[in-house]
Amino acid sequence: MFDTSIHKSRKRWGEILIQVWLWMCAGLSLITTVAIIALLIVESLQFFSNVSPLEFFFGTRWVPMMQPQSFGVLPLLWGTMQITIGAAIIAIPLGLASAIYLSEYASDRMRAWLKPILELLAGIPTVVYGYFALTFVTPLLKIFIPNIQVFNALSGAIVVGIMILPTIATLSDNALRAVPVSLRQAAYALGATSYEVTTRVVVPAGLSGVIASFLLGISRAIGETMAVTIAAGQTPNLNFSMLESIQTITAYIVQVSLGDTPSGGVAYQTLFAVATLLFFITLLINVISQWILSRFREVYD
Amino acid sequence: MAFSDDQAQAQLARRHMKARMFARFCAAITWAGVFLLAVLLIQISVDGFAWLDWQFIDSFPSRFPERAGIKSALVGTLWLIVMIAVISVPVGISAALYLEEFSGKGRIAKIIEVNIANLSGVPSIVYGILGLAIFVRFFAFERSLVSGALTMSLLVLPTIIIASREAIKTVPMSIRYAALSLGATRWQTTWSHVLPASFPGIMTGVILALSRAIGETAPLIMIGALTFVAFLPQSPWDEFTALPIQIFNWVSRPQPEFHQLAAAGIIVLLIVLLLMNATAIYIRSKTEQRLK
Repeated sequence: MFDTSIHKSRKRWGEILIQVWLWMCAGLSLITTVAIIALLIVESLQFFSNVSPLEFFFGTRWVPMMQPQSFGVLPLLWGTMQITIGAAIIAIPLGLASAIYLSEYASDRMRAWLKPILELLAGIPTVVYGYFALTFVTPLLKIFIPNIQVFNALSGAIVVGIMILPTIATLSDNALRAVPVSLRQAAYALGATSYEVTTRVVVPAGLSGVIASFLLGISRAIGETMAVTIAAGQTPNLNFSMLESIQTITAYIVQVSLGDTPSGGVAYQTLFAVATLLFFITLLINVISQWILSRFREVYD
Repeated sequence: MAFSDDQAQAQLARRHMKARMFARFCAAITWAGVFLLAVLLIQISVDGFAWLDWQFIDSFPSRFPERAGIKSALVGTLWLIVMIAVISVPVGISAALYLEEFSGKGRIAKIIEVNIANLSGVPSIVYGILGLAIFVRFFAFERSLVSGALTMSLLVLPTIIIASREAIKTVPMSIRYAALSLGATRWQTTWSHVLPASFPGIMTGVILALSRAIGETAPLIMIGALTFVAFLPQSPWDEFTALPIQIFNWVSRPQPEFHQLAAAGIIVLLIVLLLMNATAIYIRSKTEQRLK
């Protein structure tokens, strides 16, 4: 009857091969995740076969290298928290204020200048911030606080705050700009001032994006490594003072990998135990931030 | 009436006053950020410029600050840029093409998408530990450029995939329909139409991601990039050092001379980053003109 050959398409093996390649590339991300989690958990289990979880999570002394050893992670966790809280106190209000300026007040020309500058600030390598903390911020602090140590939590927290500020500012700016102009116009039409429009209409309307930007900034502060290693010191302790040397989880990992720790020993395994802790804390915060974005996103048409 | 006219006027004036103060406050904060960047750059220039000469570029590290240089670090960083690009760019773009053009909206695609978003938030030092365990130890690539480049590639892949997807999304559906309706296969459409149309956007994202990688220090320390290298790597299997590692090494020494060397090293690093960013901006402006 009809010649149906036109309907039969030849199998194109080349294209199938290409699709398999593309699929493998996308799948690589899953393999990476599985590899990270498997590695961290397997090595941590080895660690916990030598050290009781009770000692790890509730111990208050972190002395993995010297006898008598002690593996309480609280001092490291506290160091990380000091840096993170300090950085958040600086970066959240200032970042939000910058975002409000960029999205509500700045002219288009001004914005075109300021946004790339903020992005430049975000692109500066963290080792540079470490240098800045050690050679500029700490000497400056010493003028006001004479008894501050050379390595201290405060200057670490300040530079990490400066570091995450652009992240918070640009992401919050995006969130605020996604709020439709009609909402602002409605508020202005009711006689609200620009302050009232911003604080009671625009920021609440874009709140999911703003909070997500805070969480992302905080998670970056927790994972931040070089600036705190250089500026905040290598002394794990549980003091409340921000003026003394501390040690964060990340700084400890750097300290171990710089030294000649033989692989296989308990000291080496601590690396994976604290890295697992770090990984799951940042993962938790990132997941919460994504959940807020998807759950509370206001969609305007 | 609750308010007299005067009271209402006074209250209105207060509210407008508050609004003006708030606007000024926000502007001042933003400009403080710019000021900070200026302070940072000036501080580093003041410290480092005196040390920045050809001898500094062309010398190996040394115990004596006046003889020390960044030759091996600069060459190591250039090796890394090229190797990371060669590994991560094809893989990243392929993954983005799969997710945008081939995967559909299935469950697996959704899982991969969430997974990539999470991977981009993993601290870089965790990638360093992964690289140490897998590339340095398990595959026994030792502390080579290969280990470093593979580790860094895993680190930048999520960023490259996300940026590439954004660029691919901007290609209008009509271009795809036109190609498909003329009988092109899906891959022909992708290769000859979607990819060329989104290529400038992809390259911009890729270069920005790579410039991030170049400044990363922690993963390289983890996989054991050396801090004192008085030779140039001859092949990808050689040991190496990189600019941020060398800078970190100098910063951690107590003598102020080495801090100044670190500042000079930072200037070189920032120049490398600036060149990469300028390339990205150039590509972007070039293509914007073409689209007009």
